Amino acid sequence: MATINLKINGKQHALDVDPSTPLLWVLREHLNLVGTKYGCGVAACGACVVHLDGEAVRSCVTKVKRAADKEVVTIEGLSEKGDHPLQQAWQQVDVPQCGYCQSGQIMSAAVLLREIPNPMDEEIDLAMAGNICRCGTYLRIRKAIHLAAGIQQETK
Amino acid sequence: MTSANNNMGRRSFLKAALLAGGGMILHFHWPADVKATGIKASDIAEESYELNSYIKIGKDGLVTLFNPNPEFGQNVKTSMPMILAEELDVAWEQVVVEQADFYPERYKRQFTGGSQSIRQGWSPLRTAGATARQMLILAAAARWNVPSDEITTQQGTLLHAKTGRKGTYAEFASAAAKIPVPENVKLKAVKDFRIVGTSKKNVELNNILTGKPLFGMDYKTEGMLIAMIVHPPAFGLQLKSLDDRIAKSMPGIKSIFVIDSLTGDIVQNFFDTTSFTRFAVVVGKSTWEVMQAKKALKLEWEAEPGRRFKMGNPGQPNAKTTEATYPAGLESSDVHRRQMEEFSKKPGNVLRKDGDPEGAFKIAARIIERTYTAPFLAHNTMEPVNCFAHVTSDSAILYGPLQAPEFTVGTLSQRLGLPKEKIQINLARMGGGFGRRAYGHHFIEAAAISKHLNAPIKLVYTREDEMTAGIYRPTYSATYRAALDKDNKLLALHVKAGGIPETPIHADRFPAGALDNYLAEGWQIPSNITIGAFRAPRSNFIAAAEQSFLDELAMEMKKDPIDFRLELLERAKTNPVGKRNDYDASRYAGVLKLVREKSNWDKKAPGIHRGVSAYFCHNSYVAQVVDLVVKNNEPKVQKVVAAIDCGIVVNRDAATNMAEGAIIDGIGNALYGELPFKDGVPQKNNFTTYRLIRMNEAPQQIEVHFVENEQDPTGMGEPPFPPTFGAVANALYQATGKRFYNQPFINQMTGG
Repeated sequence: MATINLKINGKQHALDVDPSTPLLWVLREHLNLVGTKYGCGVAACGACVVHLDGEAVRSCVTKVKRAADKEVVTIEGLSEKGDHPLQQAWQQVDVPQCGYCQSGQIMSAAVLLREIPNPMDEEIDLAMAGNICRCGTYLRIRKAIHLAAGIQQETK
Repeated sequence: MTSANNNMGRRSFLKAALLAGGGMILHFHWPADVKATGIKASDIAEESYELNSYIKIGKDGLVTLFNPNPEFGQNVKTSMPMILAEELDVAWEQVVVEQADFYPERYKRQFTGGSQSIRQGWSPLRTAGATARQMLILAAAARWNVPSDEITTQQGTLLHAKTGRKGTYAEFASAAAKIPVPENVKLKAVKDFRIVGTSKKNVELNNILTGKPLFGMDYKTEGMLIAMIVHPPAFGLQLKSLDDRIAKSMPGIKSIFVIDSLTGDIVQNFFDTTSFTRFAVVVGKSTWEVMQAKKALKLEWEAEPGRRFKMGNPGQPNAKTTEATYPAGLESSDVHRRQMEEFSKKPGNVLRKDGDPEGAFKIAARIIERTYTAPFLAHNTMEPVNCFAHVTSDSAILYGPLQAPEFTVGTLSQRLGLPKEKIQINLARMGGGFGRRAYGHHFIEAAAISKHLNAPIKLVYTREDEMTAGIYRPTYSATYRAALDKDNKLLALHVKAGGIPETPIHADRFPAGALDNYLAEGWQIPSNITIGAFRAPRSNFIAAAEQSFLDELAMEMKKDPIDFRLELLERAKTNPVGKRNDYDASRYAGVLKLVREKSNWDKKAPGIHRGVSAYFCHNSYVAQVVDLVVKNNEPKVQKVVAAIDCGIVVNRDAATNMAEGAIIDGIGNALYGELPFKDGVPQKNNFTTYRLIRMNEAPQQIEVHFVENEQDPTGMGEPPFPPTFGAVANALYQATGKRFYNQPFINQMTGG
């Protein structure tokens, strides 16, 4: 055990936790931030994607010590009122079926939109290929990312 | 307007209300349960009046509708309340939706599966809505002292035109709740629907997009421990010994033990399917700590001798108990393939015979014979198996992903030694189902563990646990034979199909009924690999085989594949063979005609490789045209056009979403899906090796067209899935000149 200082969604936390614990389980079980999902545990499905200093990481294989003194953003902190352009677009397109993978999808898409503000289909496919949606909402995700790109540009 | 007989007696409502008031029923709705309107459950007025099991109206005008069935992504939590709201005649914006707990006295059928929620919920939900509306009308008639049939309603308002009187549902809710439940109520005419047939957004959308706790995996309660199980690594093995010396002293670990979930005296039902009834359990403070301790266990396994168990439907009147067998042995896919080849060559059980098929094959100028196969498939729901359980000496409460609580409660009752009334099952939103969660073994496991520890626990499976202790789509094989005369006229069709451990044949489905000489035979090979529901398991395989064969046959007969199917359907419509045909040939032909029109089938475009397929299952008709290209030896579906006849479409955009998802699921499983076995061990255990379709492999475009009619609605969960396999195979033939007989097709592309 060690005390690890974490900044999550803008809030400081000091946690006594085994530093090799994956960030995923610290978020879910120590901090009750359950929007980040466990899907595979081996960085293969993307359900656990969060931002670490702005980069998309798979929290299921990211040891919590790697996040120490860095900025972590989860789906709960992506926007204050749930109105990030991606969340608005996901609303408009009514993307989810079961919904389990969608926070990971949105967190991956957020990094894509920051890097490529107006992505082509091929760029979306490449950036989102790491996120599985077992219900098969891929076409809606693609559509919502394009829509979010538009919303993002309007609000700039 | 149509009329409906009300079979929801007052007594059951009163009984329900008493139970609820007696403190036995524990509702634990999430505090952040935001509903259709964005209003939080906690904001709902304290004073509200229950008009029946499904409908509560608050003094503040908010209408709470209870969704009876568990939700796993097909949007029943939105669509079923839409039907209630329609007949109740309220504005959707007034509505708050709550998930009902498992409560059979109130809701009767709470099974989400077999594409039956909307079909079987249609009449009860309409009746419940119309009954509540009528009670409000009667309450207003009494207060205004006017005849009830002069009162009309308009989106939550009661009106009496002659006197100009007007009142809201909220004003009359308290009086309406005291009105005796009317025996007969009028239902709306389809043309008057304002909500059904439109598109309403998922009522849980906001919660999903902001990461609120919705799933069983997200549940947590004070003092709850995490439990994980270690099951045998192979089907056909059992636990021999457990050495927990290292594991038990690891951080956070509370307890390690071996337990039986289904003990020998339990009469199991069809949905208790599980491979492993004895396993090691590790319990601790957190999931990660338990995962580590699990890896530190030293376990020895031995061959299971095979076991017999009792099957039945305990609690049902005159329930019979039969004996079932779980065979011994360590099975492998290469042996399965050889066994299936042998069985394909032997006579099977005759399931249907029309005319003289043997005679027709004797005089045939040409016989075309093809064999199709498919492997075991794992469901791979994104949310792994989990269940919260808190069992005490006199009660049990469970919460988790479960499609069919009514089938699990009886077994829980036997295992815990508690009457059913003392077992409360609350229904979590599920992170995918696809049939996997019709099987409630995880509820029984969680309950047994909680009882053993006398503590609240949450059972969690790892992805590997889930994939290697699955209830798989069986492996199948089907051999089709066609007899043609010298003029290429089809004389007879013969299908012989089987699988491990069941046959995929539905003998009375198309093309039965369209052929003078028809023979269907089935066979099966017993296995200890557990199998079960998987988005229409038999249909999704046999549709692939049949629709591929009909396509090849059409080519051999030099006919357009859609024309050929329509000719067969015309025969089945005008002069059907046999009396047991379980499809409507006109509706079947209808979706083929619609897909031909919408896909511009008759206008061939260069460079586009197209395949068609149509299938009827779970009461709905679906035809699809797939456009596909092959680049660098990898097939990529570009566009799919689907035509669907599921009767009245309740929630249009949600139904479209379902169809898109089913088609993508179909493309993925046809091209990539496969779970091989070696010596009883599943050869894939995570998404690193089990290939699921991803964004870059999904089509660019899917068009979904519905046949417009006023037929009562039928299912959407399964029907759009089976046709995709055949359409993909037929498009692959157009693209490559090769027929694809063995799923997954990617193996044939890569020479594997």
